[in-house]
Amino acid sequence: MVMDGNESAHGVNVLPMAFKTTIPVLAGYLGLGLAFGIMLEDLGYNAFWAAFFSLIAYGGTIQYLAIALLTTAFNPMEAFFLSVLVNFRHLFYGITMAEKFKGMGKKKILLIFGLSDETFSLLSTTELPPEMDRGKFYLYVTLLDHSYWILGSFLGGIAGSLITFNTAGISFVLTALFVVLFLEQMKNKANYIPGAIGLGATLISLAMFGSGNVIIPAMILIMVAMLTIRRHDVHRL
Amino acid sequence: MYTDFEMIVFIVAIGIGTFLTRVIPFILLPDGKETPKVVLYLGRVLPAACMGLLIVYCLKDVTVFAYPYGLPELIGIVSVVILHKWKENALLSIFGGTIIYMILVQTVFV
Repeated sequence: MVMDGNESAHGVNVLPMAFKTTIPVLAGYLGLGLAFGIMLEDLGYNAFWAAFFSLIAYGGTIQYLAIALLTTAFNPMEAFFLSVLVNFRHLFYGITMAEKFKGMGKKKILLIFGLSDETFSLLSTTELPPEMDRGKFYLYVTLLDHSYWILGSFLGGIAGSLITFNTAGISFVLTALFVVLFLEQMKNKANYIPGAIGLGATLISLAMFGSGNVIIPAMILIMVAMLTIRRHDVHRL
Repeated sequence: MYTDFEMIVFIVAIGIGTFLTRVIPFILLPDGKETPKVVLYLGRVLPAACMGLLIVYCLKDVTVFAYPYGLPELIGIVSVVILHKWKENALLSIFGGTIIYMILVQTVFV
């Protein structure tokens, strides 16, 4: 997404632009956060637990899995190892953002803490006007996304049962977001092959290992493919 | 049900595990050190690959070989692509596709 903004040199337009960028995530996170809050409430943990959970362990998929763990005996080590495993894909996000987050000072720890799938996708795809304060934009997007998730979880805990309109299918908004960001990536011809590898490797992994174990084999396939084609990389230094 | 203390330990354990997966690359690639060329290369190619991975990941539980044969998802995604090629307005593409998908799963493919 190419954004416009002329007076952003002093950060004037950074927050509105960050907000506009995160609107799809707002819808997705409210919907999915709501579902999390409702499920936690069903187990007897109130809205404050849901908000606290989403503040401290901001992870989406792992939080849904945690709902299942909560019905079994208390075993924090198991929860820890499961969260490392399920969140393994974050390693790719760190590798990508390592250079971009350099020199961010105190902001950096917050940027890392809040580097969710959606925040990473927005930060790595959105093109900023050169005069814009990149660090501020990164921070606002990160904090806005995280706050939507906390808010959704909290609302799910207090008012989940009061929601009257049918929200079935709302989580598709995140699939749609990734599709749009994929299309944005494809505007650059250099991304055709990496994009195809990402789709292909994950489909192969899904076919071979099933939906419960798709991420790590897909990551290995992607990494092997990327390193193999690197010798053809036109920008190789 | 877990006690309050157990619940806090449980949440913090998941929080630490999640944060570790986010922070490890930054520990290995600190500010002061020059980023290795292979990492710069990966930083250029991984975003597109990750978008592909995340799309498939979102669709991993879709029923393809039985009714409704993944049709709501397929129509939803095609709608997003068409809207985006046509208007190039990210919010329109995302919400347009989502509304079509929601109508499909709530009224057509129930």
